[in-house]
Amino acid sequence: MSPTRIERRFADLQKEGRAGLITFICGGDPNPQAFQAILAGLLAAGADLIEIGMPFSDPMADGPTIQAGNLRALAAGMTLARLLTQVTAFREKDKTTPVVLMGYYNPIHRYGATRFLDDAFAAGVDGLIIVDLPPEEDEELCLPALEKGLNFIRLATPTTDSARLPAVLGNTSGFIYYVSITGITGAASPVADAVGDAVAHLRRHTELPVAVGFGIRTPEQAAGIARIADAAVVGSALVEEIASRVETSKADSAELIGAVHARVRGLAAAVRAARKDSAEPGA
Amino acid sequence: MATALDPQQRPNSYRTGPDEHGHFGNHGGRFVAETLMPNILELEAAYNQAKADPAFQAELDSWFKDYVGRPSPLYLAQRLTDHLGGARVYFKRDELNHTGAHKINNCVGQILLATRMGKKRIIAETGAGQHGVATATVAARFGLECVIYMGERDIERQQPNVFRMRLLGAEVRPVKSGSRTLKDAMNEALRDWVTNVRDTFYIIGSVAGPHPYPAMVRDFQSIIGTEARAQIQEKEGRLPDLLVAAVGGGSNAMGLFHPFLDDAEVGIVAVEAAGDGVETGRHAAAMTAGQPGVLHGMRSYLMQDNDGQIIEPHSISAGLDYPGIGPEHSWLKDVGRIEVAVATDAEALEAFAICSKLEGILPALEPCHALAEVTKRAPAMRSDQIIIMNLCGRGDKDIYTVAEHMGVRL
Ligand SMILES: Cc1ncc(COP(=O)(O)O)c(C=O)c1O
Repeated sequence: MSPTRIERRFADLQKEGRAGLITFICGGDPNPQAFQAILAGLLAAGADLIEIGMPFSDPMADGPTIQAGNLRALAAGMTLARLLTQVTAFREKDKTTPVVLMGYYNPIHRYGATRFLDDAFAAGVDGLIIVDLPPEEDEELCLPALEKGLNFIRLATPTTDSARLPAVLGNTSGFIYYVSITGITGAASPVADAVGDAVAHLRRHTELPVAVGFGIRTPEQAAGIARIADAAVVGSALVEEIASRVETSKADSAELIGAVHARVRGLAAAVRAARKDSAEPGA
Repeated sequence: MATALDPQQRPNSYRTGPDEHGHFGNHGGRFVAETLMPNILELEAAYNQAKADPAFQAELDSWFKDYVGRPSPLYLAQRLTDHLGGARVYFKRDELNHTGAHKINNCVGQILLATRMGKKRIIAETGAGQHGVATATVAARFGLECVIYMGERDIERQQPNVFRMRLLGAEVRPVKSGSRTLKDAMNEALRDWVTNVRDTFYIIGSVAGPHPYPAMVRDFQSIIGTEARAQIQEKEGRLPDLLVAAVGGGSNAMGLFHPFLDDAEVGIVAVEAAGDGVETGRHAAAMTAGQPGVLHGMRSYLMQDNDGQIIEPHSISAGLDYPGIGPEHSWLKDVGRIEVAVATDAEALEAFAICSKLEGILPALEPCHALAEVTKRAPAMRSDQIIIMNLCGRGDKDIYTVAEHMGVRL
């Protein structure tokens, strides 16, 4: 199979000698129209890969910030089908930026796994992260997704010891996502040293690029991760930006969209500069 | 895709499940975040080891006898039987257990396992508060820190149980997310577990959740059916014609049913909460009106909309107010071994009144749903036929709810 957009993007980043920025936003947050505009401007703001949450009523691995983002989107009429339509529209203009859908299995199960994979692939989705599908359930969606040519990205966590790691890496493709804390999204920030050790451990077992996420909020934290990993994932901080605008400015869309993009620009600048000021670029 | 069990294809035994991946036919499984997987596997190994260890079984039996108060009686409800004018109705009286419901059977089993595994901290979800009280009880007895997650709405309607848990030394954490009921309490307990996975043991309160919970909780609750089977043999010299139990997550029902599953002559009915009526959409009847879906670590029948979003359930009984059902029930329904019936809020309240007045027993609103089904079935059966109903909880916790519906202020 020819390389996916995700694989090509990480190859390009490696050539540039820098880490990437992966942004996470809940699909349809705060409403489908504003979300489409946020999505359209992410690349220009400096995102290298785009992760979109598939809204779900019961996001068990997410903290209050992303839970609220899911509920805002659902209340505004967001559905999985509508999200795929929005990715299709995005893909007509942007042929290269990888799009990864992240979420929980039930909406896909209800949509029909096979039909979902067909429609997601046709829409221009590149990869999937399904929080509640561990390797033990690979037959459900992971194996059919790989067959379809989509990447299936798995989370490794601080509880993933050497005994468990081969199972986690087994059918993972595109990149491996290291969850830097034992906990839910939006909780405590990771300890840089511990993350460094964990990334080094992962690298001994896989050639896949390593992205690190959960708890990364500021440009400084993102830069810290960019020195040790292939990409930094920022989610709750962006979703919080949306939440605070929705609450204070009665959702003036242009302002909200601009604020999210400004936040992404700050993170992207830090990630791009990170290895320039460190002693050993690309170490 | 998971291997489908042809509904037409009857297994040799209904009691061998789940398979090694925790599947009951198409249901069950382990749909959890990776952070939890090592723990789930550790739990499964520890449980398998304990199950095979005669010392663990002996310890469990001794706690059942001296702390829970087992065996619970099998009681012939003679006045109810006369009133209904048909089958002889027996109550399996798990409402007489310490803490007032069947929930304690499972909690004793799981806390023994937690101590074997060296865990220091216990968490649980609760709806009606019965499982929370039972968990707080065993945590107090074994000297472990205990945190109970409970939806804000349930805290309002089950105040006495909230106070009981606090008296027992547990911290009750109100859950403000979602519908603020049982499903959200379970979400929050899972979030806690993901965060504190290394030292924390999660005591799930029903035959629900990821493998091995459905099988493990069933095994601990099966004492109900094992006792009932021996007791009815002794009293009547034969097996019953029908078993009836209410299902929330399904633990009291599975506890009664499982030892009888291979007795072809025994009919089995699981009763779901129909709330205002299944046709109104305000109910908690996952097997009757839901579709297979994935929530809380398992695939099973689930109340959901066409987009796979979970629908808020409704029942007068907080213990049945859950949008899913244990996977083994879903499978037994698919293969036709159990029948599924429903009872509305109104029917449960009527059953509450009948049982109180005729038998001198205030039942919990959960088993009142089973009793409502008994009142429909018994009159059509012969007087030499036998029904066993699981009277799995006492009604003390529900008198406020019942009073409100009667327009009485306490
Ligand atoms: C008395 C009683 N019965 C039944 C239930 C429902 O649970 P399950 O279906 O697991 O027995 C509860 C739950 O709180 C309960 O307290």
